[in-house]
Amino acid sequence: MIKVVQYINQFFANVGGEEMAHIPAEVRTEIVGPGLAFQQAFKDEAKIVATIVCGDSYFNENLEEAKKTILEMIKEYNPDLFIAGPAFNAGRYGVACATIAAEVKEQLNIPVLTGMYKENPGADMFKNKVYIVSTKNSAVGMKDAVKKMAPLALKLAKGEKILSSAEEGYLPNGIRVNFFEKERGSKRAVNMLLSKLQDKEFETEFPMPDFDRVEPNKAVKDITKAKIALVTSGGIVPKGNPDHIESSSASKFGKYDIDGVMDLTEETYETAHGGYDPVYANLDADRVLPVDILREFEQQGKIGSLHRYFYTTVGNGTAVKSSKAFAAEFSKELKQDGIDAVILTST
Amino acid sequence: MVKEIERAGIPVVHMCTVVPISLTVGANRIVPTIAIPHPLGNPALTMEEEKDIRRNLVARALRALETEVTEQTVFEK
Repeated sequence: MIKVVQYINQFFANVGGEEMAHIPAEVRTEIVGPGLAFQQAFKDEAKIVATIVCGDSYFNENLEEAKKTILEMIKEYNPDLFIAGPAFNAGRYGVACATIAAEVKEQLNIPVLTGMYKENPGADMFKNKVYIVSTKNSAVGMKDAVKKMAPLALKLAKGEKILSSAEEGYLPNGIRVNFFEKERGSKRAVNMLLSKLQDKEFETEFPMPDFDRVEPNKAVKDITKAKIALVTSGGIVPKGNPDHIESSSASKFGKYDIDGVMDLTEETYETAHGGYDPVYANLDADRVLPVDILREFEQQGKIGSLHRYFYTTVGNGTAVKSSKAFAAEFSKELKQDGIDAVILTST
Repeated sequence: MVKEIERAGIPVVHMCTVVPISLTVGANRIVPTIAIPHPLGNPALTMEEEKDIRRNLVARALRALETEVTEQTVFEK
């Protein structure tokens, strides 16, 4: 019988939402949350012997300590296989799953598997180190995720041959695997061309590598003369969220006038972000968007001036494509307004 | 967003708690912050102590903006 240890976050363990994201790791010996579906899929071939539950914020804010403690917890059970998640498009959860999976693989030398949406930051960070099954972007895709993850997990545990990413459903990890296509090349090429001509989706067999890096700009010569703008993905908005920026998967950004605003207060500003505990930002939004300090620096001549508008959106499950489009649009305005530098804050 | 701002030709500093994400996204100037729900504050402290922390972090961000970098740089101090 293959012994499995699983890692899940506070949310999937039913401990709580963002208000419980700070809890340290703990062990459960009963099967919890997504473990039920996995256990069902494993049938008698494998058994989940323990589940590690850890808060997403705790893991990411105490990375080294969390890795160490969790590794110790896992060792106790001497498992044959380690599964983390699936995390879908939950950013901190995805990073935690992939980080701990990579750590277990390296330190305990057992097969590991995790799953998440391809845009989860954890995917880019670790897809070349551990198998990450590509899932949908929300927990609605749990059934589908288990269906792909459970068989691959068993194969890994049994040391069976792992086929290509396209066949097994994991995110491409840079390793090429030879295999025979069912149809010959000419036919596939014509089919692709037909799809393209009809504006239908088609998948290239030779994707270009994505090296999207931007060279750093020159430093600001004299910060005491610089016009500085504030931007945030932490969802800070005027109280009442006048433009209804969504708490997750934001479809827009906001631009707000802070002319004469010296301090963001509980009465005037709040966060629209649904991906972190909003209590602290709602009490004092300067904790996310430091308007108070920049005003102080402006008065003391430490900066030239603070730009009259700040730009904001909610970086919670928001598509990379949307974020890019938002920033491309407001950066044009910032450029036109003669902004010398930007401070971007993220939660 | 940080990359698009940089691409537009404006120097930008990213202030965030989970630095590995910022590195993966491709920020060039990074200032690590306190915690995910309150990057530039700490509710366990008094208002004044908290402001001190924020002052230091923003000052560090300004210093990052004044520093020439050729590659991704994390301003730990």
